Amino acid sequence: MENNSPKVEPGKIPFWRDVRVLRVLFQGIFLLGVILLLAILYRNMLEGLRGLGLTLNLNFFQDEAGFGISEGITYDPSDTYLKAFWVGVLNTLKVSIIGIVCATFIGLFFGIARLSSNWLIRTIAAAYVECFRNVPLLLQIVFWYTAVVAQLPNVRESLSLFGGAFINNRGVYLPSPEPTSSLKIWLWFLGAGLLLAVFLYVLRWRQLQRLDRPGFRAKWALPAFLIVALCGWFLTPGRPFTLDLPALQGFNYQGGMSFSPEFSALLVGLSIYTSAFIAEVVRSGIQSVVKGQREAARSVGLKEGQTLRLVVLPQAVPIIVPPLTSQYLNLAKNSSLAVAIGFPDLLGIGRTMMLQTGQSIPVFAIIMVSYLVMSLTTSAAMNWYNRRITRIGR
Amino acid sequence: MEEQELTQEIKPPANTKGAARWLKDNLFNTWYNTLLTCLALVLLFFAFKGFLTWAFTEAEWDVIPANFRLFMVGSYPQEQIWRVWNAIYILSVLMGLSAGLWGGLVRRFAVVLSGVWSISALLPVELSTRGWCLGANAMIAVSFFLGRGRTGLRPWILGGWILSFPVIMVVLRGFGENGVLTSNWGGLLLTLILAVIGIVVSFPLGVFLALCRQSNLPAIRWVSTTYIETVRGVPLITILFMGNTLIPIFMPGFDINQVLRMMIGITFFSGAYMAENVRGGLQGIPRGQHEAAQAVGLNYVQTTLFIVLPQALRSVIPAIVGQFIALFKDTSLVSIIGLIDLLGVAKSVIANPDWLGLQAEVYLFAAAIYFAFCYAMSYASQDIETDLGVGKH
Repeated sequence: MENNSPKVEPGKIPFWRDVRVLRVLFQGIFLLGVILLLAILYRNMLEGLRGLGLTLNLNFFQDEAGFGISEGITYDPSDTYLKAFWVGVLNTLKVSIIGIVCATFIGLFFGIARLSSNWLIRTIAAAYVECFRNVPLLLQIVFWYTAVVAQLPNVRESLSLFGGAFINNRGVYLPSPEPTSSLKIWLWFLGAGLLLAVFLYVLRWRQLQRLDRPGFRAKWALPAFLIVALCGWFLTPGRPFTLDLPALQGFNYQGGMSFSPEFSALLVGLSIYTSAFIAEVVRSGIQSVVKGQREAARSVGLKEGQTLRLVVLPQAVPIIVPPLTSQYLNLAKNSSLAVAIGFPDLLGIGRTMMLQTGQSIPVFAIIMVSYLVMSLTTSAAMNWYNRRITRIGR
Repeated sequence: MEEQELTQEIKPPANTKGAARWLKDNLFNTWYNTLLTCLALVLLFFAFKGFLTWAFTEAEWDVIPANFRLFMVGSYPQEQIWRVWNAIYILSVLMGLSAGLWGGLVRRFAVVLSGVWSISALLPVELSTRGWCLGANAMIAVSFFLGRGRTGLRPWILGGWILSFPVIMVVLRGFGENGVLTSNWGGLLLTLILAVIGIVVSFPLGVFLALCRQSNLPAIRWVSTTYIETVRGVPLITILFMGNTLIPIFMPGFDINQVLRMMIGITFFSGAYMAENVRGGLQGIPRGQHEAAQAVGLNYVQTTLFIVLPQALRSVIPAIVGQFIALFKDTSLVSIIGLIDLLGVAKSVIANPDWLGLQAEVYLFAAAIYFAFCYAMSYASQDIETDLGVGKH
């Protein structure tokens, strides 16, 4: 590199005009300011805590919690605070993951419906999106909880769906599959089916490569696997699973899966609210693929399905993924609104801990760390996925 | 002769226009669309029938007019209500002037607003309220005609909008014991104030953080990035809880009431999001702009103030409107802490033994108010986007 600017010897610049010195100086002053601010806050905190008669101390995490938690993994009030907090973390994860799955499906449905050629379907989908994304989530959750779930009939007059699922004001009761002893035999069938599927997949892949034509790689593998699995299901002596139906015993339904009213209201609220945003993400992602791409694909002879799979989606997905990730993260963070209806998520349990022990600062710290870990891992995973598909796409 | 024959009007071929054709094209063009249309119609019929039957025969809407004042201003004292109207009048004058000066979107909003006031005046309300409503209407109309065509006034009006924020705060608060304590602010008024504060006060913070994050000095960049990512990684409700319990601990000796604590919490939260929006704008400025500014001898501060920020901020207006909508909805979380904002009022009305079992009516009313505001703002943001030509330059 040729440098035309006159050479300046470092020694000749006075230090107050030397960029290198200034950089260090400026950053030093800035850091000093930040540290000073933190120090003042820390001093204030100690003073404030003294005023409240509290001392900072982390030992309480090992103490007996002594409060009950209405749902989650096995837990006893005699367990430690740490265990109680862990129950909350798992409850948050449970509602977030199920919520994300539901919201994605509902959102996809309405996002695609907004692009329908049918005016009525398009308009209904638009109305759905506008209605649910323009009303605060908290209001929706409280509405579902107090105006819908709490108004359901009582246990004796439960609404019954197909005789197996029951809904009442104490919760939602669904049949759950229970594995039996013949599950092992069926698993062998599944394994064999999987092997066959892999073999057929590779075979088909090779064939497509040889023909140099686009096509569906799992065209043979998928049906083969399904057929084997289905045959296995009927050939196994007995059934691999039995349905555990909820049944009225005493004052409530026993057996099967059950969701508490709090969980149900929170899940419905989160899923519907987020699905409205996901629908918009999907719609704008698909619309961002220019019309010419579609027309070009049709004119070189691709079928409608191939156009979607080979031309539109590969271009739409990289556009959809980043905003979709932030919607997922929003849903996970919004699950903290559970405190409004008393679902024991990590924030709710954290609050109980704070009220019982008075150690608000360490509890807030652990709550924030939990949320940050969730957010950062999700966004790291999504960034990795995003990098991968953008590399393939371009 | 031939000419005339050539220019003869040709009618469109039959069956390409009209309602029947539209129905066929948009609802019944294929067999599956026909099926979907029928299915959707059946579903819609039952949904509407159920809802309308409930709304007109079972629902008890009396609860809304009976508590209307509570919904709007919470426990703001009746004898001081003129303060709220004065604030509304300041905004009405600015609105009217802007409508006259700019026309377009602002005028449409002014028309809708005066329509709302007119309808309110026709409703069975107290005589004084009726007077205030008509007054607001008159303010809009008079200032509209005053502002019409005087384009020279534009910078003054923009300044007026910016100044109106502190002025309105003072008008609403008053001074000392004679005024209205912030702890008495409530209802829709509080919701709006929290959202506006969250945007206006967090704006300088956000710009500062965004510039720090774009800085080429690593220490400054890291501190700013840590702040932004930490705040964005946790839910707003955690920050509000923290504000509520930790501000008294970290600031002993200051008496900061709950409303102020929520305002502080919302500002810090909103600042991080604002920073990300502004950063989007900063990144959109081509390198050439920086280089050109350096070439004519501007230093960093001058480049930022006169070259970069004016362009960057213009392009992030739609994003900031989006953030305002999100924040407007998020302010409802203060009701968990115990403030009586719009949702807080709804909760307290339901808890009132006089109005037991009316959850659906009360929540639907609150939802309708939130919807009206959010929808109007997102409509405005689409319009602004087209006006600014974002993404078209």
